Amino acid sequence: MSSAADQAFHAAPDSHDDHGHDDHGGAPHGSRRGYVTGFLLSVVLTAIPFALVMTGVIADARITAGIVIAAAVVQIVVHMIYFLHMSTKSEEGWTMMALIFTIIVVVITISGSIWVMYNMNTNMMPGMGPDTATMTSGGM
Amino acid sequence: MSDTLLKTIFGRLTLDSFPIHEPIVLATFVVVALLGGALVAALTYYRVWTYLWHEWFTSVDHKRIGIMYMVLGLVMFLRGFADAIMMRGQQAMAFGQNEGYLNAHHYDQVFTAHGVIMIFFVAMPLVTGLMNYVVPLQIGARDVSFPFLNNFSFWMTASGAVITMASLFVGEFARTGWLAMAPLSGLDYSPDVGVDYYIWALQIAGVGTLLSGVNLIATIVKMRAPGMTMFKIPIFTWSALVTNVLIVAAFPVLTAVLAMLSLDRYVGTNFFTNTGGGNPMMYVNMIWIWGHPEVYILILPAFGVFSEVVSTFSGKRLFGYTSMVYALIVICILAYLVWLHHFFTMGSGATVNSFFGITTMIISIPTGAKIFNWLFTMYRGRIRFELPMMWAVAFMVTFTIGGMTGVLLAVPPADFQLHNSLFLVAHFHNVIIGGVLFGMFAGLNYWFPKAFGFKLDHKWGARSFWLWVVGFYVAFMPLYVLGLMGVTRRLRHFDDTTLQPWFIVAGVGALLIAGGIACMMMQFFVSWRNREVLRDHTGDPWDGRTLEWATSSPPPAYNFAFTPVIRDLDAWYDMKSQKVEQPTEGYYAIHMPCNTWAGIVLAGIATVFGLAMIWYIWWLAALSLVALIATAIVHTFNYDRDFHIPVEDIRRGEDARTESLARAGV
Repeated sequence: MSSAADQAFHAAPDSHDDHGHDDHGGAPHGSRRGYVTGFLLSVVLTAIPFALVMTGVIADARITAGIVIAAAVVQIVVHMIYFLHMSTKSEEGWTMMALIFTIIVVVITISGSIWVMYNMNTNMMPGMGPDTATMTSGGM
Repeated sequence: MSDTLLKTIFGRLTLDSFPIHEPIVLATFVVVALLGGALVAALTYYRVWTYLWHEWFTSVDHKRIGIMYMVLGLVMFLRGFADAIMMRGQQAMAFGQNEGYLNAHHYDQVFTAHGVIMIFFVAMPLVTGLMNYVVPLQIGARDVSFPFLNNFSFWMTASGAVITMASLFVGEFARTGWLAMAPLSGLDYSPDVGVDYYIWALQIAGVGTLLSGVNLIATIVKMRAPGMTMFKIPIFTWSALVTNVLIVAAFPVLTAVLAMLSLDRYVGTNFFTNTGGGNPMMYVNMIWIWGHPEVYILILPAFGVFSEVVSTFSGKRLFGYTSMVYALIVICILAYLVWLHHFFTMGSGATVNSFFGITTMIISIPTGAKIFNWLFTMYRGRIRFELPMMWAVAFMVTFTIGGMTGVLLAVPPADFQLHNSLFLVAHFHNVIIGGVLFGMFAGLNYWFPKAFGFKLDHKWGARSFWLWVVGFYVAFMPLYVLGLMGVTRRLRHFDDTTLQPWFIVAGVGALLIAGGIACMMMQFFVSWRNREVLRDHTGDPWDGRTLEWATSSPPPAYNFAFTPVIRDLDAWYDMKSQKVEQPTEGYYAIHMPCNTWAGIVLAGIATVFGLAMIWYIWWLAALSLVALIATAIVHTFNYDRDFHIPVEDIRRGEDARTESLARAGV
């Protein structure tokens, strides 16, 4: 074997053929404490929207809806930190990059759709558009 | 037997569901049944079933799975092309008194099936197949990150194809166009099984596509050979990375929108209905949020192929590699900012239309930069016009024309005239055939010797090439003209007979393409017959530059006996110029994944589930769903998943390669 070959090939088994075994490679492992914290936070963040909707303490449905969405977004973050173990450093920053890309795409998709559909709605001929009452009660 | 009992057992499926009264479908069925029966008989006679099962169907080898994807894509291509030639025939004759030979009911299914098959079951498998085959080799890996998942993904895609094909003979396919726009695809306007076939074929194949996207991203991010930093990744692998990021981000949108459509159809929700607060425009909006990235999912791997081909056959390093990578990344983001240009005419108003018109025009800048980079790579290079390079040059000319008509369509006022016209049809065929398909053919000719150990025949390849390229122009240039004259798409019959000559010319073009396909099949046959003459002993038939050419043709199951260390972008070219010799000793046992039955079995059960849902056979749907979950759980208890290839086997294989290299005088 020449010396150039030594530099050009790995002459020993390496981790690249490590099939079947899960290699976490930089992802932090969760602790019991972390899982319990995540679980409790998730329970609270689920209970709040249910309570608001079932008791109807806030008269304005739009404020209730806003709080429900906010609780959902916070819960996404809780899941990402406590269950998916995402941080700025995990997986050499790849999870962070994936998150940033996801946020960009989701923001584009949702805000774009709202913008597009809002404009469509205002441009409907009078009497043709779905009236707002059925939109809010029968929507998603 | 009472009616209710029959309904419980067979759901919507009755004897009338079999199209025995349609002579064209019946004849097709007879031909398919005879050919299929002959194939099965031949396979049984030559006793290859066990070989196929052990070596291919259950294989987790990325190379075998890649080849199976390519075979699936090429077989479905024949079906999709049969639909195309039926439409061209119908439109060439159906003028004035002549009603043509297809009734409206059948014709609508044909154009829907053509679009669905060509995108989901031709272009996607070809693209995924190439990525599957080439990416691990290019990055010096032994396999993909999740080999079982890869096998499962393939079979889910195949399952979708089977469901689509089943609609030809049992029941019918959708009559809605390839995107099944609501409210036409809702239960009110499409009460029969066609749209359900569409939904379940795409949902099941979509699982495969999404999982293979995850798999390839993980592979490229985690399994690169030591020394291969992000900016030393070969350009095809870069395009594969960006493509799979697009797949993972876009396909869930398709899944969600089809899930909502199925809720509308199955349980009576009102997401996309005209009444009850539904909004069909939301369907159009959402399906194009998936649909536009899908366009780039198809074209970016083709760009990657051309980058490799142009660089190899010009004997030069790719011009502007870094700008190529940034162009890919920019396209990846911009792909999410243009979807509304597919429905300018729906009426979002001037502000929204101008925004999306401008973003659409902007996306042609990185694309144009790529074209110039290819031209500069060729400039003052030693160009060898082998088959892949011929396809690449044809692509550059054809795709540029298609791109320019695309920019024309991006101008909203022009789009108001051209929307839904044959001009649009000509445009997207121009970019999909001239871009994606030519790219896949270039890739097929380029990597075929790597996959099978012999080159493809040049003479028949060149015949196929010229028939394809000329046929493309003859078939689609008339459609541009007709589109400018205002002829809309998907028409079965015309009153204005002055249009007929244009359609006849287009039909002739389709026949030329049929000749091109025939020559391509002949090319495969002739190459196989002359395989000893065309044999590639070196593993590097084209004087390649990237790692896949560093191993033998076809590569051993483990790809590389020793993991290569990368020091340069064109890693293999670098190793060749450094006169690096293959090590001939110091082999070690290589750890590999075992084959598994689980992929094909799970996908088989998923096919049954899909068909049961389509025909409302609820007991079977429930049963197969339970079976699907149970099988998946049983599979997780299989701990016998990996083995080591013994050193002796590796030494034997590598010694044979050393000998073969010596014989070839390398």
